[in-house]
Amino acid sequence: MKEQIQHVKDSFIEEIEDINTLDKLDKIRVKYLGRSGLMTDVMKGMRDLDPKERPVIGKLSNEVSNFINERIDQTRESIQVKLLEQQLKDEVIDISLDQNRLKMGHDHPLIQTKEELENLFVAMGFSVLDGPEIESVANNFDLLNSPEDHPSRDLSDTFYIDDETLLRTHTSSVQIRAMKEYGAPLRMVSAGRTFRYDAVDATHSPMFHQMEGLVIDENISMANLIHSLDMFIREIFGPDIKTRYRPHHFPFTEPSIEVDVTCFSCHGEGCPSCGGTGWSMELLGAGMVHPKVLENCGIDPEKYSGFAFGMGIDRITMVKYGIDDIRYLFDNDNRFLSQF
Amino acid sequence: MLLPLRWINDYINIEDIDPVEFANRMTDSGTHIEEIEYRNIKGLVTGKVLTVDEHPDADKLSVTTVDIGGEELTIVCGAPNVEVDQIVPVATVGTVLPGDFEIKKAKVRGVESNGMICSLDELGYSQSVVPAEYREGIYVYSDDIPVGVDGSKALDLDFPILECEITPNRPDCLSMIGLAREVSATFDRDLDLPEEKFGGNDEDISDYFGGIEIETDNCNRFYARVLKDVVIEESPQWLQNRLMEAGIRPINNMVDLTNFVMLEYGQPTHAYDLTDLRDKRIKVYQAGDDEKFTTLDGVERTLSSEDMVIADGQGPIGIAGVMGGLDSEIKDDTTTILLEGASFDKSAVRHTSKRLGLRTEASSRFEKGVDPKLAKTAVDRIATLAEEIGAATLVGGSIDKIVEKREEYPVTVRIDKANQRLGIELSSDKMVKYLDRLGLSPVLEDDIITCTIPTFRPDISIEEDLIEEIGRLYGYNNIEPKPIVGAMTRGKLPKDRIVARKLKDSLRGLGFNELLTYSFISPSLFDKLDLPEDDIRREAVELINPLGEEFSVMRTTMMGNTLDVFAKNQNHNVDSMLAMEIGNIFSKDLTKDNLPTEWERLSIGGYGKDIDFYYLKESIEKSLHTLGIDSIDIRREENNGLFHPGRCGILSINGEDLGIIGEVHPTIMKNFDLKQRVVLGELDFDLIVENYTDEIEYQPLPKYPASDRDLAIIVDKSVLAKDIEQTAIDCSGDLLESFNVFDIYEGSQIPEDKKSIAFRMIFRDHKGTLKDETVNDIIKKIIARLEDDLDAVLRDQ
Repeated sequence: MKEQIQHVKDSFIEEIEDINTLDKLDKIRVKYLGRSGLMTDVMKGMRDLDPKERPVIGKLSNEVSNFINERIDQTRESIQVKLLEQQLKDEVIDISLDQNRLKMGHDHPLIQTKEELENLFVAMGFSVLDGPEIESVANNFDLLNSPEDHPSRDLSDTFYIDDETLLRTHTSSVQIRAMKEYGAPLRMVSAGRTFRYDAVDATHSPMFHQMEGLVIDENISMANLIHSLDMFIREIFGPDIKTRYRPHHFPFTEPSIEVDVTCFSCHGEGCPSCGGTGWSMELLGAGMVHPKVLENCGIDPEKYSGFAFGMGIDRITMVKYGIDDIRYLFDNDNRFLSQF
Repeated sequence: MLLPLRWINDYINIEDIDPVEFANRMTDSGTHIEEIEYRNIKGLVTGKVLTVDEHPDADKLSVTTVDIGGEELTIVCGAPNVEVDQIVPVATVGTVLPGDFEIKKAKVRGVESNGMICSLDELGYSQSVVPAEYREGIYVYSDDIPVGVDGSKALDLDFPILECEITPNRPDCLSMIGLAREVSATFDRDLDLPEEKFGGNDEDISDYFGGIEIETDNCNRFYARVLKDVVIEESPQWLQNRLMEAGIRPINNMVDLTNFVMLEYGQPTHAYDLTDLRDKRIKVYQAGDDEKFTTLDGVERTLSSEDMVIADGQGPIGIAGVMGGLDSEIKDDTTTILLEGASFDKSAVRHTSKRLGLRTEASSRFEKGVDPKLAKTAVDRIATLAEEIGAATLVGGSIDKIVEKREEYPVTVRIDKANQRLGIELSSDKMVKYLDRLGLSPVLEDDIITCTIPTFRPDISIEEDLIEEIGRLYGYNNIEPKPIVGAMTRGKLPKDRIVARKLKDSLRGLGFNELLTYSFISPSLFDKLDLPEDDIRREAVELINPLGEEFSVMRTTMMGNTLDVFAKNQNHNVDSMLAMEIGNIFSKDLTKDNLPTEWERLSIGGYGKDIDFYYLKESIEKSLHTLGIDSIDIRREENNGLFHPGRCGILSINGEDLGIIGEVHPTIMKNFDLKQRVVLGELDFDLIVENYTDEIEYQPLPKYPASDRDLAIIVDKSVLAKDIEQTAIDCSGDLLESFNVFDIYEGSQIPEDKKSIAFRMIFRDHKGTLKDETVNDIIKKIIARLEDDLDAVLRDQ
């Protein structure tokens, strides 16, 4: 018996050396320890043994069984380690590969700029209002104190639907709507599409975008206007930008100003793109709301005063991203849009 | 407007002010200086031509010697007009001419040349101001210019020329004297204006000229003087220089004088050859309709009763304020001249100039407004200057017809209001000083300043106008910025903008780029979209003056814009694109404001690999889900010509139509020249906004296990997945947690008009563990209903 058991053990040791898969390991386990395995076979001879020898043989067989079990477990573990190693090795991928399975869209740069401007003014306590693209001559010109024979009213400057209706030439018409609807005090901005009779070229578009701001309250002053504009201009163009406030003329404000900022190309040194002046011109027009405009909207110009400002969003977008041709903004070329 | 500082210096001493500082301070006070042009040329000297010889080896060149004051230079010159004894501009070696052209010692066809005799063109003058005689050759100074002096200075180029922007409210600044007034106010320096002289000999104008009749409301004043013994010749050099530096070409002494005075005062005048004035009378009246007249540019014009004309005893001799006539213009042999200084209504001139498409220096000044006082001042100035330069003898007396005199008037400003509006604390004395510098004759009494507004400042009419005058001299850049004091307000975005931004965020995450297309479109788009003839979308709001057919109607749908974008991108070989735009469409239906109605729409679509109907539909559903909108239904739409009849549906929210989505019909693809299949949708954004909610009702996570079942059935191809889902819902009460189709098969295994649909249903009871029998019963019920209602056959499991 002893020899038999020893023989089984020896043959197991010999066999397990070559085992390298879990399948084979399982087979060898069945072969030696299974219900009709070699160890069971050997143990069948126990019945014929001398009862005195039984405990010895029993102990030996237990030892061998345990040995086999342990070796199988060890082997399994080492096979598993190897298998895992192999698996990891097999699963190496080209991590540089792009599969382009996901799509990510992009907001239009002009609308991004418009929304950033709106956010800024909302944070400063302004409400955002919208007005229609098709406006009345009254809201667009008359109530804004535009002289009746002002050239901007010409058919060669403004698109008309009929004698009393036009495509708004500025967002200032929303000022009128806001004052008529909400009265004073008021703090609003409005941004959107505007239209002027300009053929399409690198710097002109018959449709463009403006943002208008209006504050009406008691004791509003030029000093307040300049403070608000300084704040907002530094916010969009950075703290180093300088502003220049120049007297100007608009029919709907008095006094009126235009605002220049330091040239975006040369930062004030003077270069060809700013005509050597160091200033980037006409970023913004502004002024104190003309008393006639307040009166036209039912606001007492003795009690209230206000300021208004307007700027071209297209221009600001172009400056911000260095876009040199306004047509890109309306071309909707995917290769352009996907950059923002 | 060109502002030559040399000219300004005639009226106010600014020699000591640095041009850059001058420009900055003028800009700060309201005259925006856009450019400073330095015209002086270092190394340019005056020289006298001593000898002119033919070049030995070149026909068209001459070899000259030029005395430049103590030095004689040999210079090769190519100009045909070079002659001995001329005083000429010489660019010596080392001089840099405009255009970065440096003069070097050079051999020209074997002859050494030590400089260059220059033409005006080479000195930086635009050809448009160069007098005719110098256009082809070198410039020649007048004989009284000394030899060896600064050549730029001799041409009055030693001061820079500024380009300035004049706002429409300040037509008075379209003149040297107007600008000089601004300089005087800005720098607080005294003005030295030309003395107003009347002059004239012992004769009277009536000996030569019969009189003036004004028969129109559009002429406010007509002033006339007569010059006799006129000699038309070249102007003196100072006069030519002044005109050239201000951008006007010298012609002859009389024309130059009228131009000079127009630039000096801003008043256009006209000089008639008095010999040609029939009956020696002038009448100003509104033309008859279809009256014909030939202007001095040789073009015959058809007039209307809206146009004002100047006529002699027989007929028109000029269109008032716009252009004179050919017959009465100054000629080389003119000897007697009638000078006209008139005041015309600005709107009337503007109208005529626009109608005739004829814009002249005169019309552009009249249409902005000219002080009627200047009619006399300017004519007297021309007349006396003409005598001074020896061009004519001034006949005594004048004829002055004034319809209505423009008077000075008072405007007041309160000290406290001015300070409040500007946000400063300026003393009343300072304010008075500023207003005085502007010539507004301020008088202070009881904290109120009363100004007397001169006739050249009609732009000042209310208190705010005076506040602006104070503000601009104080300097807006000197105002200390102050935050707004007042009640705190909360800034708000309107609801539709909040919704738009959220929706765009979601769609951006799903790959959609945002478009920006024009609000106006070409009506031909309606044909390309194959809209039926009676389609309401063809009833577009039209522009009466579009830029062209391309931009002539307001869009009634955005689908054309979006398809155009896709076509353009396909043409650029962009192989895949997803795009969306939120924008307005327009309808002829009028709002309560009597304006066309505007609705907001979402246009959305795409093309490319993996981008199909389902991609679009799911993108819409998923992004609307983020807006709290889940109840989206779809029904098949087979009759919309724009879309593939089998791949089109109408989406709705709670029974209200949201819009159409689908794959674009092959015919439409052809119309737009689309090569790849496109999916497209247009949704009612206003309805999305209406249904938007940010309220979410939280559902507790399930405590009990779910039970899932798969079924596969064969049904008619026309059966929609949503019909099967509805059946499952109907049969399982609230136990059905989800329904998902995971396979659709059409092919040889099943009849031709059928399809096989396999779907998984997950059941769950939130109150307890579901029993198998319960689920089995539901499944039985579902199968029975599917068989009854949809004619379904269960596939072999």
